[in-house]
Amino acid sequence: MTRPAMRRIWGLLYRHLVLYRRSWPRLLELCYWPVLQMCIWGFTARFLMARIGSPAALAGATLLGGVLLWEVALRSQMGVALSFLEEMWSRNLGHIFVSPMRPWELVSAMIIMSMIRMFAGIIPAIAVAWLLYAYNLFALGPVLALFFMNLMIMGWAVALGVVSLILRHGAGAEALAWSVLFGLTPFSAVFYPVSVLPHALQPVALALPSAHVFEGMRAIVLNGVVRWDHLAAAFALNAVWLAAAAVLFARQFRQARLRGALISIGE
Amino acid sequence: MPAHMDAIEVHGLTKRYGETLAVDAIEFAVPAGATVGLLGGNGAGKTTTIAMLLGLLIPSAGRIHVLGYDMARDRFAALARMNFSSPYVSLPQRLSVAENLRVYGHLYNVNGLEGRLAELAGELDLGELLDRPAGKLSAGQKTRVALAKALINRPEVLLLDEPTASLDPDTGDWVRTWLEHYRDESGCTILLASHNMAEVERLCSRVLMLKQGRIVDQGSPPELLDRYGRQDMEEVFLDIARNRRRAA
Repeated sequence: MTRPAMRRIWGLLYRHLVLYRRSWPRLLELCYWPVLQMCIWGFTARFLMARIGSPAALAGATLLGGVLLWEVALRSQMGVALSFLEEMWSRNLGHIFVSPMRPWELVSAMIIMSMIRMFAGIIPAIAVAWLLYAYNLFALGPVLALFFMNLMIMGWAVALGVVSLILRHGAGAEALAWSVLFGLTPFSAVFYPVSVLPHALQPVALALPSAHVFEGMRAIVLNGVVRWDHLAAAFALNAVWLAAAAVLFARQFRQARLRGALISIGE
Repeated sequence: MPAHMDAIEVHGLTKRYGETLAVDAIEFAVPAGATVGLLGGNGAGKTTTIAMLLGLLIPSAGRIHVLGYDMARDRFAALARMNFSSPYVSLPQRLSVAENLRVYGHLYNVNGLEGRLAELAGELDLGELLDRPAGKLSAGQKTRVALAKALINRPEVLLLDEPTASLDPDTGDWVRTWLEHYRDESGCTILLASHNMAEVERLCSRVLMLKQGRIVDQGSPPELLDRYGRQDMEEVFLDIARNRRRAA
């Protein structure tokens, strides 16, 4: 990567980071939802343990692990989509697209920003899980890094799809930034195994990288084994998803330049 | 760029949206260091032409060369040496003026960025505004900041879309004087879209009159005044807009 390319990426990161530097509500918003989720599901798990006893301990661990890891995907997706929407809302996209910034540099900046946003949201939630419920996510072992990586990539792929739809349909598609990944939750096997789903829906679930990550997580928590087959499937599926999203983004960006949508996007 | 070369060359430039022809096979060249006005009523094709020159919009047909670069193939090389200002495109409102300028300094890979900021603050009288959020500025202050953004990379080609729209006469005159000064000092090529005929008469060495996507007339302001037998460019504009016959 050339120095000018790195400076352009840094320029866009700087644009978003200075907003956080002086706005505590923005900083709070980053971790508010993950911490709230952790509180709700943590107390639920504690209640179940008190009623059912030790069998619920394992269920509680998979529940809390599921909540935390699913937030990784959600925050990664929203992080990319929000960076794009912030530019659209401030009617700044016109200036960015007439600068020498290449589309891939824009996407790189949004991805780095999403990682910053995701870690800023997830780390307090992990701390809350440990402090309030003595749940240590890092007990999953070094493989946790691979789970994180897969869920982040899936989030970016979905976000690129959302940004493509915003380029295609304008501000009318922005609600998808908040809702689209929630729609995949039932098929991602976050809180239950894929086998629980009806047979017809299981192939849908297995086409999602997230379902393989959560099957892998449960295998560690319940059986103490690392399911490398699920991890390999998650990486392979992510490669396909990310490539498809990149093609969709490139195509919609070109279509937006053909239709003149970059001039009026957000209006 | 050598003064005898054309900084902008446009050949057969066409933009079609379905059945609508927004720009119809226009041809023009802007010599290096010149200021050329793009005039026309609403919907004449000025903004579409500027958007194509900036690479925001892909033409349906035709070729654009800016500073010798083919915009269809090397637009990023050209964009690094160009810039653009329009009152219709904002800067992030919550960022301070200095932060906004730093963002664009990085996007344009400006060397000695803090020095350039200080230089622009001095030239455009932005000293007291640097720490204020861009969203809390008056229209005149915003125009000065937009100009600072447009000049951050010392562009060789500057595209201005109605640079003095919604400004009071005093501020508008200040901006025009400053643009004259900058052009004379830097040798920058300027393409100016405007509805302000006095501005065009004062700044432009040549004017392209656009109507329904076509260049219907062109020449220097004195040539056009003489051709239409008019006293000012506003009357020339009205003659063309209303299809009045030429007086001479």
